Amino acid sequence: MTTVSFGELKKGMRARIAESPEPKDEVLRLQEMGLIPGTEFKVVKIAPLGDPIEIDLRGYRLCLRKQEMTGFEVEILD
Amino acid sequence: MKSKSSTSSFQKRVALVGNPNAGKTTLFNALTGSKQKIANYPGVTVEQVSALLESDGVLAEFIDVPGLYSLDAVSEDEAVAVNVIHDQSVDLIVCVIDGSNLERNLFIYTQICALKKPIMVALTMVDRVESKGEKVDISKLSKLLGCRVVPIVGHKEKGMAVLKEAIFQELKNPTIPGPVIDRTEAILPLKDRLNRMGFDLSVEELKAKIQEGEPAFEHYFDQFPELRPDFLLAKEGLERHLDPSARYGWTSKVQKDVVSLIKKPLRAVSTTDRLDLILTHRVFGLAIFVCVMYLVFLSIYTFSQPAMDLIQNGFSALGKTLGGALGGSPILKSLVVDGIVGGIGSVLVFLPQILVLFFFIALLEGTGYLARAAFLMDRLLGWCGLNGRAFIPLLSSFACAIPGIMAARVMPDAKSRLATILVAPLMSCSARLPVYMLLIGAFIEPRFGPFWAGFTLFAMHFLGFALAIPVVFFINRKILKGKRLPFLLELPPYQVPKWKDIVIAMMTRGKVFVTTAGTTILIMSVIIWAAGYFPRYNVPPETKPEVAAQLQLEHSILGTFGKGIEPVFKPLGFDWRISTAILSAFPARETVVPSLGILFSLGNDDEKRDEKLTKTLSEATWPDGKPLFTAWTAVGLMVFFALCAQCFSTLATVRRETNSRKWPWIMFGYMTVFAYIGALIVRGLAVLFGGA
Repeated sequence: MTTVSFGELKKGMRARIAESPEPKDEVLRLQEMGLIPGTEFKVVKIAPLGDPIEIDLRGYRLCLRKQEMTGFEVEILD
Repeated sequence: MKSKSSTSSFQKRVALVGNPNAGKTTLFNALTGSKQKIANYPGVTVEQVSALLESDGVLAEFIDVPGLYSLDAVSEDEAVAVNVIHDQSVDLIVCVIDGSNLERNLFIYTQICALKKPIMVALTMVDRVESKGEKVDISKLSKLLGCRVVPIVGHKEKGMAVLKEAIFQELKNPTIPGPVIDRTEAILPLKDRLNRMGFDLSVEELKAKIQEGEPAFEHYFDQFPELRPDFLLAKEGLERHLDPSARYGWTSKVQKDVVSLIKKPLRAVSTTDRLDLILTHRVFGLAIFVCVMYLVFLSIYTFSQPAMDLIQNGFSALGKTLGGALGGSPILKSLVVDGIVGGIGSVLVFLPQILVLFFFIALLEGTGYLARAAFLMDRLLGWCGLNGRAFIPLLSSFACAIPGIMAARVMPDAKSRLATILVAPLMSCSARLPVYMLLIGAFIEPRFGPFWAGFTLFAMHFLGFALAIPVVFFINRKILKGKRLPFLLELPPYQVPKWKDIVIAMMTRGKVFVTTAGTTILIMSVIIWAAGYFPRYNVPPETKPEVAAQLQLEHSILGTFGKGIEPVFKPLGFDWRISTAILSAFPARETVVPSLGILFSLGNDDEKRDEKLTKTLSEATWPDGKPLFTAWTAVGLMVFFALCAQCFSTLATVRRETNSRKWPWIMFGYMTVFAYIGALIVRGLAVLFGGA
C-alpha cells in the first residue's frame, strides 16, 4: 500500500485516510470532524489559488488547508 | 446559579446548541424575532444573544449558543459556549441538528447526551433531505437518541409554533436521555473481580478511579497482581469512549438506520454544484468575486453617501435652530451646537455605512456566497495568519474602519478576528480623503502635475495596506500566541436568503453601535469640544471673527497642549498649528481641515475655505520666516494621517468589539508609532534630497 500526503491529491480523486499524526489538539479537531483513519472521501474541488481543498466525507463537505493536513497520509483509491 | 431578576424563580433557561451552519441562528431568529438582547460574555469577544419568550405563564430565556462542532473545546471562544451548556441553570438544551448531515451533526449529540440534562432535538434542513430524495424516520431517530425530535419544516410560522410548543412542554416534563455510547460493560470484568476480592465499588466510583490512573490501583496490585490485565482492559475501554472514532461509529450507524432513499433525486448534479462550477472557477469565479466585492465596496462608499449627507445636513440644521434659540448664552449654545448635536451627528453618520455593509454581509452569508469568497481568497490571506473571510472587513475599512471592524465578526475564531480588527484602521478610510485632497491640491498638483497627484493619492492608500501584512504576521506570531486550530470551512448549499435574518443582522449591528460605541464617541466629542472652548480668551474688541476664533483655539486647552507637544512634532516638520489640528481631529479625521482653517485665521464657515486654505498653507511660515509647508511636509503629514489611529470612533468601536480596554490602547500605540516613524522617514528623505 502506497500512501501520499494530502496535498498531492487531485480534483475528483477518491481516497482513504491511512494514517493520522500524533493526536494533538489540532489533530483532535480534525478527527472530531470525521477525519479518522479508514474514512473514505472524495476531492470535490481545489480553490483557484491551489488551497484550500474541499472534500466530501461522511455525507458532508469540508474545506481544509493542505498545510494544516500535514502528517495525514492518504491512500488513493481511484 | 439563577439570574438575579425578580422573576428568576419562575424563569427557565433554554440553550440552543448546534454545529455552525446547522441553521441555528435562523431558527433562533424565527423563534424570537425582534425580542433579542445582546450582551458580551465577560472577558472574551463572544457575544451572547438571548431573548425572553413566554407561553402558558412560563417565562423562558432562550440563549443562542455560538456554533460548536464538539464539547471538547480547545479555543478560548469555544470554551465560553461550552460553559453555557455545562451551566447548572440551563433547564433545557435544544440540540439543533442538520437533518441533511446527520452523521457529523450527531457527533456533538453523543457528548451532550452524556451530561444528564434535559435535552430535545430540533431537526433542521428537512426540505434539503427531501430534495435529495431521502427521508428521515423521525420516530426511529427519537428512539435511538432517547429524546424528543421535532422536525422543522421550512421556517414558516407553523413550524415555529410547533417547535415552541414542544420546547415549553419539555420544560414542564423534561426528558433526560442517557449516554448513547455506553462503555460501562468495559469495566464490568474489573468490577466483578474487585467484588469477589471484597471491594464493593459502584460503577461511578470505579470509573472515577480508573480515570485517576494506575497509582489509584497501586495498593490493589500489590495485593492482587492478577488485577492488572483487567484494569488495563477497563481503562482502554473507557478511553475509547472519548475517542472520536467510537462516536462516529455510532453516528454513522444511526445515519444508516434512520435515513432511507425513497426516490431518485431529480438531478444527478445538484444546483449548488452547477453554480459552484462557475462561482469557484479559476477564471470566472475570481472575476465574479472581484465584481461582487466591488459592488459591496461601491455601496458602502457611495450608496450610503446620500443618507450620510442627510444626517450631516440635518444635524447642522438642527444645530443652527437650537443655536438660534440658545443665542442668549454663548457657552450653552456652543456646548449644544458644537458639542452635543455635533457629537450625536458624528455617531449617527456612521449608521448608513454600517447598515449597508451588514445588509451585504447578511445577504452574502445567507445565500452561501460568503463561504465561497473565503474559499477563493484563503490562499491569499491565510499565509499571514488570517483567513479568506478577512477580505470583507479589510475591504470595507477602505470606506470606513468602523463598519470594517464590526464586519470582522464574519471571522469565526477569536484570534484571526482580533488580528483583522487591529489592522483594519491601517486601510485608508474615506475620512482621510479630504486631508489628502487638500494637501495634494496645495503642494503636489501645482508643482508636479496630475500624474504625481494621482500617484500620491494611490500611494497613501497602498501604504497602510502594505504595512498591514507584516503587522498581521507579527501579531499572529508574537502577540496572539497559543494554539491555532485548523481552519475549517464549509461551503453550504446555495439558498434564497431569509429576509428576516438580514433585517435582524442589520438592526442588531446598528443598535449595538449606537448604544455602546456611540456613547463613548458622544462623550469624547463633548470633551474635545470643551478642550477647544475653554479657557475663554479675552479677545480684544473689534477683532475680526476669524482672528478671534484663531486666538480662542490657540489659547484653549487644546491649543496649549498642541503647543506643548510641538517639540515632539517638530522633527517631523510640523508646527503647533498642525499638531493642534491633528489633536482636534480626534472626533473625526476630516475635522483636521476645518481646524486648520481656524488655526490659520480663515474661520470655519467660509464656502471657499479650501481654496483659501490651499493658498494660506503654502504661504505659512515658521517664526523664523522659513516656509512651514513644502511638498515634503505635505507628504509627511499625509503619511502621518494615513498611519495614525487618530479617530476615537474607531477606538470606541474596537473597545466594544474586543470587549477590552487593552486592544484600543495597543492599536493607538502601534499606529501612532508607525505614523511618527513614517513621517520621520519622509522628513529624513527631505533633508537628504535637500527639500527641507
